[in-house]
This record gives sequence, C-alpha cells and structure tokens, in this order.
Amino acid sequence: MTGGASKNSALPVELDVDGLAAPPRSNGELVFAAPWQSRAFGMAMALTEAGAVDWEDFRQELITQIAGWEATAKPDECFSYYGCWLDALEHVLVTRDLLAAGAVRALAEEIAARPAGWDHGHDHA
Amino acid sequence: MTDPHAASDRIPIALRTQALEALLVGRGLVDPTVMDTFIKMYETDVGPLNGAKVVARAWTDPEYKSRLLVDGTAAVAELGFKGSQGEHIVVVENGPSLHNVVVCTLCSCYPWPLLGLPPSWYKDPAYRSRMVREPRTVLAEMGLHLGDNVEIQVWDSSSEVRYFVLPERPTSTAESAEEDLVRLVTRDAMVGVAKVVA
Repeated sequence: MTGGASKNSALPVELDVDGLAAPPRSNGELVFAAPWQSRAFGMAMALTEAGAVDWEDFRQELITQIAGWEATAKPDECFSYYGCWLDALEHVLVTRDLLAAGAVRALAEEIAARPAGWDHGHDHA
Repeated sequence: MTDPHAASDRIPIALRTQALEALLVGRGLVDPTVMDTFIKMYETDVGPLNGAKVVARAWTDPEYKSRLLVDGTAAVAELGFKGSQGEHIVVVENGPSLHNVVVCTLCSCYPWPLLGLPPSWYKDPAYRSRMVREPRTVLAEMGLHLGDNVEIQVWDSSSEVRYFVLPERPTSTAESAEEDLVRLVTRDAMVGVAKVVA
C-alpha cells in the first residue's frame, strides 16, 4: 500500500512532478486510475451540485460501504475505493427514489450482451 | 434483491458505471458536460500546487501564518482557494519535536481545494487503520524516519474538520524567495507523510 506512494514507473511519460507545471497527478499518481472512476466521481459531483443528492448523505453511505467491504473482504481482495463510491451513489439514488433498485444491473447486463463494437467502443474516455 | 453484491460483482464495474450514467442522463438528473467540468477541474486544475502556495506564503509572511493557524479556511480563501471539501480547514504546524500527520479513518476526507483529490494510499484501509495504531512504523515504511524524541500527532479528518499540515521550512532555504519555496513543497509533506527537502 504505502510503498507505491512516490513511484511513477507506471506512467508512460516523465512528468514534472515537483515544479510549477506539476499537475494534480503530482507525486507520480494519476488522479483517476481508470475512466469509469472519473465518471463515478463526476456523477456524484454533478448530482450534488444539482441538489439531487445531499453530499453528507452520500458521505455517510460511502462510510457504510467502506466499512462493509472491510468487514467482509477476503484476505487477498483488493480494495476498490471507487467501487465503494459507486455502490454508495447507487444506494443513495435508490433510497431517494431517483433510481429503481436493480435498474443499473439490468441495463449493464443489456449493454454487456450487445455485440462487440456496436458503439465503436465509445466510453467517454 | 437477496444479495445485490454477489449479482453485481459479475458485471464489470465500468459497465455498471456506464449504465448508471446512461440512466441518470436519460432522466435529466445529470448533465454530462457538468460531469466533464468537474472531472477536468480535479484532473488538471486543482491540486497540491495550491497548498504549496499557502505553505510558502506562511513561511515568508508571519502575519499570514498567524491567520492561517487561527482560521485555516479564511486564510486559504485569501489566496483564492475554496470550494467543495474546502470548509473547516484546520492547519497544524510541524516543528523539530512535533510531527503532525493526517488520516481519515472512516472514508477519505481531505482538503480538495488545497491538495486536489486524495491519492489511493490515503484511501487505503491499511493506511487508515494503521496510521492511527502505529504511526511511527507506517511513516518509516513511507520513507520518513523520525527520531524517538519527535512526538507524532495523528489527526483524523472528517467533514467537520479537514486537517492540513504546515511542514517545517528547511533551514537551508532562509534566503529563498516565496516562489522558489513553492516548488519544494510536496503533497506528501502537506499530509504529513514526508518532510520538505531543499
């Protein structure tokens, strides 16, 4: 966990990690490890700004999801912060009747069943 | 829905995210361009450079430092840094015999306007639990070896209080200008898992 904090070997290019031009990925780590993480983050921010979701409600549910993961994770299971984030967001939306329970899973399964290339691989990246 | 986790675990999380976004956009609950704005803000604009400017100002302006230690939120707003997760900032000062380090034991509370989004290790369950129990060991694992004469104070950030560490100014920088000091200050030093080195 902690050992990787200052490594940047995973980056394809050498970044200016200390200077004035250093982007927020400073210290060698990208802000988001995958495009879906940035979408999950952006959804929570946009929903909060629009007033559809209360940030503190969301934060409390995030705490619950993280604690739940910690209580049930297998020893070799990797922690996914944004996985908990997504679960928390979905839970809050269902609680507020903004989303039907099971709707996300149903649509995701439908997307998964579509033939490859149907949308040219567009993923908002 | 007897076990939602077991069912959803079989679906790649990127697909679940895509499905959720499609549902929310379809219902007009989120605007993708607003999402893009937030994402870009934290990917490219808001990051540790802001906090470094606060630290360099505090090192070179004693009156600013006094205000910063009394009311962190107001003092960082003087430099234009405010916004989401920027409320209730409390600044703790490191010294030769006291080292402060920040953790959020429950989730990931962090002063976004000053440091951007937290790195993955800050959110890691091991960091969040172990930094409280054995800070000296965890800091050493992260490369910061503190002498036994240095007291370590661990601060647990929450939505009520977000802690920010004012690192020690390296003695060799006594003559350095503020803008040169900014370059020295790292994110890790402002969380308290590293020192500033000149």
